[in-house]
Amino acid sequence: MAMAGEKGRGRLLVIAVPYLWLLALFLVPFLIVLKISLSQDVIAQPPYSPVFDIAGGWAGFRDFLSQLSLANYGYVLSWDNEFIAAYGSSLVIAGVSTALLLLIGYPIAYAMARAPKGLQPMLLMLVILPFWTSFLIRVYAWIGILSPEGFLNQGLAALGLIDQPLEILNTDLAVYIGIVYSYLPFMVLPLYSALEKLDGTLLEAAEDLGCTPFKAFWTVTFPLSLPGVAAGALLCFIPAVGEFVIPDLLGGSDTLMIGKSLWTEFTVNRSWTASSAVAVLLLVLLVVPIVIYQNIQARQLEAGR
Amino acid sequence: MNRSLSWFNVTSLVLGFAFLYIPILLLVLYSFNASRLVTVWAGFSTQWYAALLENDQLLDALWVTLRVAFLSSLAATVLGTLAAIALTRYGRFFGRTMFSGMTYAPLVMPEVITGLSLLLLFVAVGMERGFWTITLAHITFTMCFVAVVVQSRLITFDRTLEEAALDLGCTPLKTFFVITLPLILPAVLSGFMLAFTLSMDDLVIASFTTGPGATTLPMRIYSQVRLGVTPEINAICTILIGIVAVVVLLASVLAKRQEKMRRRAEQIAARG
Amino acid sequence: MAADKARTQTIGAVRRTFAPWNDPTATPLIRFENVAKRFGEFVAVDGVSLDIYEREFFALLGPSGCGKTTLMRMLAGFEEPSAGRITLGGQDLAGVPPYRRPVNMMFQSYALFPHMNVWDNIAFGLRQDGMPKAAIKARVEEVLALVKLEPFARRKPHHLSGGQRQRVALARSVAKQPKVLLLDEPLTALDKKLREDTQFELMDLQMSLGMTFLIVTHDQEEAMTVADRIGVMNLGELVQVAPPAVIYEQPATRYIADFIGDVNVLETKVVTAGAEGVELASEKTAYPLHIAQPLDAAVGDTAWLAIRPEKMRIALVPPAHLADNCFEGVIWDIGYLGDLSIYHVELACGTRIKVSQPNVSRLVERPITWEDKVWVTFSPDGGVVLTR
Repeated sequence: MAMAGEKGRGRLLVIAVPYLWLLALFLVPFLIVLKISLSQDVIAQPPYSPVFDIAGGWAGFRDFLSQLSLANYGYVLSWDNEFIAAYGSSLVIAGVSTALLLLIGYPIAYAMARAPKGLQPMLLMLVILPFWTSFLIRVYAWIGILSPEGFLNQGLAALGLIDQPLEILNTDLAVYIGIVYSYLPFMVLPLYSALEKLDGTLLEAAEDLGCTPFKAFWTVTFPLSLPGVAAGALLCFIPAVGEFVIPDLLGGSDTLMIGKSLWTEFTVNRSWTASSAVAVLLLVLLVVPIVIYQNIQARQLEAGR
Repeated sequence: MNRSLSWFNVTSLVLGFAFLYIPILLLVLYSFNASRLVTVWAGFSTQWYAALLENDQLLDALWVTLRVAFLSSLAATVLGTLAAIALTRYGRFFGRTMFSGMTYAPLVMPEVITGLSLLLLFVAVGMERGFWTITLAHITFTMCFVAVVVQSRLITFDRTLEEAALDLGCTPLKTFFVITLPLILPAVLSGFMLAFTLSMDDLVIASFTTGPGATTLPMRIYSQVRLGVTPEINAICTILIGIVAVVVLLASVLAKRQEKMRRRAEQIAARG
Repeated sequence: MAADKARTQTIGAVRRTFAPWNDPTATPLIRFENVAKRFGEFVAVDGVSLDIYEREFFALLGPSGCGKTTLMRMLAGFEEPSAGRITLGGQDLAGVPPYRRPVNMMFQSYALFPHMNVWDNIAFGLRQDGMPKAAIKARVEEVLALVKLEPFARRKPHHLSGGQRQRVALARSVAKQPKVLLLDEPLTALDKKLREDTQFELMDLQMSLGMTFLIVTHDQEEAMTVADRIGVMNLGELVQVAPPAVIYEQPATRYIADFIGDVNVLETKVVTAGAEGVELASEKTAYPLHIAQPLDAAVGDTAWLAIRPEKMRIALVPPAHLADNCFEGVIWDIGYLGDLSIYHVELACGTRIKVSQPNVSRLVERPITWEDKVWVTFSPDGGVVLTR
């Protein structure tokens, strides 16, 4: 079986190279995070203890295990610290933002899907284009708009609508605006691709059978676009929960988000073990949506085989 | 779906695109402001662009970023394409579920988690942090985006083309380079471009995995933004946007020309 | 003109006498020996044994999913048999990859490389063999002339019409002069008129190249037109292998009778059976049914009478010496097809049979119409008795 051998070797190589890469740089790091979250901070290099030493053998391993503790989780989950509140408020901010994104993104995607075929590639490109420009730049642009002397306040004052500048920058409202703005393409694209596939004759059939256009939308279009809704919602919700840049640049000092808390714990408090525990708990919180998202992705990308 | 647009549809589109583009337009406009105040117009000037050229720190950061982005997106394209082939072509294999999980998870994984975990890995193996650790980190998270882009092309790929090549005496390896790769090249290239942009754009993962001496442009911009808004940042942002706009425009013009040629060819074929 | 005539005559002579499958001394070119293919639980091909001879035009015919394409793909080397052996010219093909097999395939989708022009597509296979440039050029030009595509050599496939693409695919697969050419539903993408013309072109091409052709098709007319022999497949099994006329007139089973053309199948009981003929009795008719066919069956056994619509005559009055082979009924429905009309006749028991009659006169008003009482008769060699 010369062929099987030849084919087998090529196949093995194609699978093994990316597989081993992801194992070493995606999975193993998580195991390390898990391990460090069970360790204690020390002033040394590396700044945590115990350090696993392979030379110690079985006894060394037992010794290593006995030094692990849940102390960091106790610290993170203590009511005295703000982590629990940060987890909660991250979920709320991400959830509300996702709902807003859906409300804003759906009409845009729907209009794109109904636009003349010749116009659609251009509209699609207009949605994707901001994504190609730097995320940081797009967040930065809003500082100039929302600041007390920014464009929004200037405009509203010029129209005579306000006397005092509105305090928007450094509030939760600015965080919502920032998330909706930055994630809008991620919501519109899956919705558009679900709506674009929709067979127009289905709507004609529904109307032919006596449905009003409004009712036809809710009984035909919307249910059929649900996979797109799910993909878009998860694609926005999951990264938004761990968002750091937006709350840091647009939010205020009282804006609590777990990504920012983790960053602060790591860079300011310099506690690697506590930040690892924060990361593990965040992952536990997100594991269900991530698994659902993976399944949607896999089904979409592998259905064609 | 393709029906006439109602006033509601048109309004959604106009408001939606206004929301997406007005902030960027304001940013670009005020990079040409003569005043140091970012929000008060005081006449046209290009002084902030001139000032950029004097700013060695910023230029250094740009150079680091470009090098990281080029190297990492090159490696990510190779690895991501291999992953896409493994996932679309090889059916079931040992650990396939875990493999596909590891390929799709980084697409939504919060950056703080990816960044922290990679940093802890580099520390655990005793790797000196800097340029190379950022590059490794960027390869890892961008290869997954490449994999998804290439995979969505591969599932629509007509496999009989490969079978035809094999049937005509071409070995599997040669078939990949002579038939498959040329035909999926547009997807591979857009995967590369995506990886390049993501790498150029990344702040959080780079901040975690960097060491002394390797500061990327987003990190530099971020630290300046935290100190306050300056027209200089507007200027560098405008340059970055300009580069992206030119590249995207060029790509779309090329795609349009190809589309036009294909249409004409089809007309010729229909007549012939 | 004269040369054309001479060629036609030699082809005719070869066609008339070509029957190596009846010659016990002939060695087959391709042998499938108990070949099976399973995909997990699903059995695609179930123990097929088949011999195909050099210069034969063989058709594998069957509905989609019957295993015919899998059988062909095993010969091409894209699938390995789960059991059994395939030999080509005496050589066992097990483990030989597709790119080292002396067979070439024309794909249903044509599989023309979209990034190469016609010339490069045709030269592709020759280049893999490391043939010298001049030889490649000569061969490509020869093949281009064969399919009359010389003016299109520099065009890309998407600049061609469907019929032209089909000819490029054909040219590419014959360029390497394979021992066997495999054709996977080669004409399905063409419209009806072009398909019929191309069928005859394929036959001529096969004769002039002297190559063995194996075609897979679900179109029975196509198989009957082009093939020397047809292998009918169903559910992974080869149910009958025979020349087209035998398949049509003497089907081995009810399944084949029903699959090829139109047929009425009636359940009957054997009254007498012998070497010179059979007498059958059916609840559908009061008359005895005599069929001139030797049958090895016991009295009282169940047998099926299969009779094609065109093998029967329909009349408004009973025939003069009516004794046997007749159904009485009422016209239920009429389908007028121009060249012939199909009558659906309802028998007393409620069963409906189909009878077709050529429309020999130009009368617009047909004499037979709805709800007429009719007598349907047939001769003893019009029907076939099946026991399976």
